[in-house]
Amino acid sequence: MTSQPTAFINVRIVDPASGYDGPGGVVVRGGVIAEVRKGALGDLSDDLKVIDGGGHVLIPGLVDLRVKTGEPGSETKETLKSASRAAAAGGVTSIVVQPDTDPAVDEPAVVDFILRRARDIELVHVYPAGAATKGCRGEQMAEIGLMHDAGAVYITDADSPIVDSKTFRRVLTYASGFDMVVAHRPVDPWLAKGSSATAGEFAGRFGIPSVPVVAERIMLERDLALAELSKARLLVDQITCADALESLERGKAKGIRAFASCSINHLTFNELDIGAWRTFAKLDPPLRKEADRQALIDALASGLVDIVVSAHAPAPAEDKRLPFNLAAPGSVGLETLLPGLLTLHHEGRIPLIDLIATVTVKPAELIGLKAGRIAKGAPADLVLVDLNAPRLIDADKLLSKSKNSAFDGRRLQGRALKTMVDGRVVFG
Amino acid sequence: MTAASSEIEDRIRERLFSFPKQHFLASGDLNRPEAEALLELGDAFVALNRQKDKTLPLLAGRTLVNLFFENSTRTQASFELAAKRLGADVVNMSPQTSSIAKGETLIDTAAALNAMQPDLLVVRHASSGAAALLAQKVDGSVVNAGDGQHEHPTQAVLDALSMKRAFGRVEGLTVAICGDVLHSRVARSNVALLQLLGARVRLVAPNTLMPSEAHLWGCEVFDDLKAGIEGCDVVMMLRLQLERMQGGFVPSQREYFRFYGLDREKLAYAKPGARVMHPGPMNRGVEIDSDVADDPQISLIQTQVEMGVAARMAVLAALTARLGNAR
Repeated sequence: MTSQPTAFINVRIVDPASGYDGPGGVVVRGGVIAEVRKGALGDLSDDLKVIDGGGHVLIPGLVDLRVKTGEPGSETKETLKSASRAAAAGGVTSIVVQPDTDPAVDEPAVVDFILRRARDIELVHVYPAGAATKGCRGEQMAEIGLMHDAGAVYITDADSPIVDSKTFRRVLTYASGFDMVVAHRPVDPWLAKGSSATAGEFAGRFGIPSVPVVAERIMLERDLALAELSKARLLVDQITCADALESLERGKAKGIRAFASCSINHLTFNELDIGAWRTFAKLDPPLRKEADRQALIDALASGLVDIVVSAHAPAPAEDKRLPFNLAAPGSVGLETLLPGLLTLHHEGRIPLIDLIATVTVKPAELIGLKAGRIAKGAPADLVLVDLNAPRLIDADKLLSKSKNSAFDGRRLQGRALKTMVDGRVVFG
Repeated sequence: MTAASSEIEDRIRERLFSFPKQHFLASGDLNRPEAEALLELGDAFVALNRQKDKTLPLLAGRTLVNLFFENSTRTQASFELAAKRLGADVVNMSPQTSSIAKGETLIDTAAALNAMQPDLLVVRHASSGAAALLAQKVDGSVVNAGDGQHEHPTQAVLDALSMKRAFGRVEGLTVAICGDVLHSRVARSNVALLQLLGARVRLVAPNTLMPSEAHLWGCEVFDDLKAGIEGCDVVMMLRLQLERMQGGFVPSQREYFRFYGLDREKLAYAKPGARVMHPGPMNRGVEIDSDVADDPQISLIQTQVEMGVAARMAVLAALTARLGNAR
C-alpha cells in the first residue's frame, strides 16, 4: 500500500494535544501530517486526493496499550493480522501487544519477530511490550535493555503479577535506567486464586468463587511503595475499583510517578452483566459493582485514571463455552473501544476532547510515541468518526478470530468511517 | 390393580401439572404456585412409593440420561429409581465413561447426547452454572442435580416436602441452615424455596464459611450455633467437605464439632419438638452427632431420602407433562 497525498476536508477536528475542537482540514503527505488548517480551508493543491468528511469528526488514531493476540503460539485465538484488521476497523492505529505469548516476548528476537510480522501485514502500528521476567514467570529478569533497543515500548508481565517484591523492585529500578514504563497488574494472587467474580451479594447468591476488591488495593499499595522507592514510572494495569482509586490518588499526590489504565469493559459493565452465566462477561480483573464503575468514570473524568485500553483478549469458543468458573477470562475489544468510550460522551459524563485524549495523546506520550496528535510532522494516523451512528454489536460480525465480546448484543453509538495509518487508508 | 392403588393413581393424575419451563435449573426460578404444586404432586407419589407396585408409566417411552460429572451414588440412584418407577429408560453416564475426561467440552458432550434425543437430562457438575450451560444446547429438559456451589433444586423440593409432612406446613416455620453455607448449593436452593413458601430462614456458619453479604439474602445471619438455632422448628445441617477442614476454612475437625457440630446439648436451644435434617452423606462426629442423627423422634434424615424419590418423580412427571405427546 502506498501513501497518496490526501486532504481531509469538511471535518470537525478534535485534537486533544493542541486542545483544538473545531472545523478544519488536514493535509497528509509522505505518511505524515503536512498541514493542519483550522477554520476556513482555503485552496488545496491539485495533486491531493480529497476526502470529504461530511462534517464528521477527525481524531488522531487510537493508541491501545493493552492488546493480546495469539501470535506467536496460539494463532487459533488471534493472529497479528486478524488483530490488526480489527484494530483498523475500530479506529485503533497503534496497538501494543502483550508479551505473554508462547514463546514469551522476553528477548530481542521475539520483539524483532513481531515487528517484522507487523511490517509485512502493513495495516496498523504494532509495538511489542517486553516481558519483565523470563517467561512472565516472575522470577528472573528478562533482557529489558536489549528488548528496549529492539523496539519494545514498555515492560510488563501482562496478567501475571510479580509476587516477589524484591524481583519487582529490581525490574522497576532496572527499567528506569532505560526510561521504560513498567506496567503491573495489581492483584494479590493468593486472594484471587480460583476466583471468577467479585466477592459480594451477586457472586454469593450464584455460588461463584469470588475475590474481594482489596486484593487489588493490597498489591497496588505495594507497587506504589516500590515505585516511590525506585523512582520508576509505574503503569497500574487496569485499575477497577473505588478502593484502589483511593490508594492511587494518595500515591499520585505524594509525587509517585504512577499512571493508571482502565479497560473499556470496566467503564461499561458491572458484575450484573454476568447475568445468567455469560462467560463473555467473565473478565480478569472481574467485573465490579456499579459503585466501582461509577468511581472509575469519575476518576477518568478527573484525570486520576490516565488512559483507557481495550484489554483485547481473544478467547475462542472452546475456551468460552464452558461452565463459568472454567471458562477463559477476557473480551475482545479493538472494535468496540471507540464506540464504547463514546458512550461517556453521549451520556454527558466526560467532554469529547478529554475522552479522546485518554486513548490518543496520553497513551502515546506515556510510552514515547509521536502518534496520537493532529499536528504538523506527526504520523498521519487519523480516524474519521461518525459520533452518532447507532449500532447493535453482533460479536459474530467482529473481525477478530475470536468472537468473545462482552459487548455482544449491546447498543452503542459511534463508528469509525475511515482509518488512516501513515497516510494509507487501512479501513473504510 | 387394587382399589387403593387406583385411588393413589387418580390422586397423582389429578395433581399432575405441566411444568411451566423447559428445564428445572434453580429453585429460585419457581414461583409459589409452582412450588406448592410440586409439593402436592410429590406428596401423592409418596403413597405410590409405599405400595408393593411402585410403578406408574407416566414416562413410558421416554429416555432419561443421568449425566454425573461429580460422583454421587445416592442422588443418581434417587433419580434412577424415580425415572424407572415412572417407566422411563435410564442411562447413567459418569466422567469415567464419558469423553469429558479426554478434553471434550461440556457443550460437545451435550451436542452428542442431544443427537440421541433424550427427553430428560439430569446433570451434576462441579461448576456453578454448568446445568444452565447445558440447557442452552439441548432439546430435552435439563434437571439440575447440583451445579457447583450454585443450586441443587430437587434437594430443596424434597426438603420442603419432608418439612411439610412433618409439620403439616412450611409457611411460618423457622429453619436454621447450619454449616458450610459458603460452598453449599443445598443452602442456596433451600433459601430460595423456603422463603418462597413463607418460611423464615436463618444461616449459621463460622465467618469463614459464610458468603460475604449473606445478610442481603433475606436471612438472619449467625456465627453462633446456639443463638442461631434458638427457637427454630428445623435445624438443617450441611455437610462439611473434609478438605475444607485441616486449616483451610476451619482449624480442625474437633474444633468444628465443638462449635458447630450438632449434639443434644446444642439442639436443646431449638424449639421443643424441633426436627433435624441433613442432605447427606453425613460426617458423623464432625457436623452432627450420631446420637441426634439416628434418633427417629428428632431426625428427618431417613425421611429426606424417601422424599427424594417422590420429589424427583414429581419433577420428572411435571417436566414430561409439559412435553405432551411431542417428539
